Amino acid sequence: MAYSIKDMVNKEARFVSGHRMCAGCGAPPIVRTVLRTLKEDDNAVIASATGCLEVSSCIYPYTSWKNCSFIHSAFENAGATISGVQTAYNALKRRGKTTKNTKFIAFGGDGGTLDIGFQSLSGAMERGHDITYICYDNGAYMNTGTQRSSSTPHFADTTTTPAGSKIPGKSQMRKDLTEIMVKHNIPYVAQTAAIGNQKDLYEKAEKAIYTEGATYMSVLSPCPRGWGYPTDDLLPVTKLAVDTCFWPLYEVENGIYKVTYKPAKKLPIEEFLKVQKRFRHLFKEENRWMIDQLQKEVDQKWNYLLKQEEFTNSLDK
Amino acid sequence: MNKLLKIGSNILKDGNSVEVLTGDWKSRKPIHIKDKCTNCMLCVPYCPDNCIIQKDNIIQDFDLNYCKGCGVCAKVCPFKAIEMKSED
Repeated sequence: MAYSIKDMVNKEARFVSGHRMCAGCGAPPIVRTVLRTLKEDDNAVIASATGCLEVSSCIYPYTSWKNCSFIHSAFENAGATISGVQTAYNALKRRGKTTKNTKFIAFGGDGGTLDIGFQSLSGAMERGHDITYICYDNGAYMNTGTQRSSSTPHFADTTTTPAGSKIPGKSQMRKDLTEIMVKHNIPYVAQTAAIGNQKDLYEKAEKAIYTEGATYMSVLSPCPRGWGYPTDDLLPVTKLAVDTCFWPLYEVENGIYKVTYKPAKKLPIEEFLKVQKRFRHLFKEENRWMIDQLQKEVDQKWNYLLKQEEFTNSLDK
Repeated sequence: MNKLLKIGSNILKDGNSVEVLTGDWKSRKPIHIKDKCTNCMLCVPYCPDNCIIQKDNIIQDFDLNYCKGCGVCAKVCPFKAIEMKSED
């Protein structure tokens, strides 16, 4: 059935109100939309790596997860936890002790996914459990007060890479985990964000959850506190990230790339940078080279994706 | 061993965080302007706190018990049918 936002919002939310995420946080809408892709009769087991989402959604004795089981895991092992649960479910099913159709989803922030949980995620993906791992990427350890992670963009100001006279913010480039996941040869990898009517996010999440085997999705989740923009601007900031091609939307299905959104007019990266306090220092006269450098990196990545799309589609299937 | 150790830290009721009213965080609240609203439903999935109540795709009201006053809905709305107002 074709996607319609009107049908989507009529599905019951499996992530309810009363959680303690900050006002204007980008993660709850993502989680809610992802869980709405589940069929009504399907059960779900959610694991979450330590992070904003985990610590604010299940403060004992309250939980915001409804109509699904939630399992708290440590920072480094969301991937291992969810694969263990999935294997136990398989064993029960084999013995006829459960008949319910259950889906297994892990959520992790970029710290719990790209840095600390990387080994368990990589292992789970390589073993090919029937799970979906979703990284909501806000580009730093926002939960503990904006420390750099390997997902922090080049030159961003964080509390552990403060921009000043000694260093220009984070001096390393961002780690591209989506590409690393593609190289795990799993059936489905996607990068998405909540823009417009959330069609892109919904369709990719549905595909990821209902594709058999290990699947991975990276979703951009703006953070008003860490990025330094007014809480109102969740949608405009996400839109700028996508329209400047800082965050390209694409999917890789069995090795075939598909860029799912090509902006009609690709905006210069300044448009995305200037609305955030973490890039404020880039607009000083002497730091102009940083913007040029970032623009070069973004263009390179975008062109790479377009070429990959062309190349992988030209291969014999 | 199982007899000695009780299973701890289980929350057996799902979705019970609705008992925690986060609405007292806010310093401003959304106002719905019905005349401008086209019920496009765009705002509903963007509310981080799931506060926009709709029935049969008609916007009813905001659940101010949970609204944190972020203003995301007002910016999402293409028809400016939501305005943020300071709470006195």
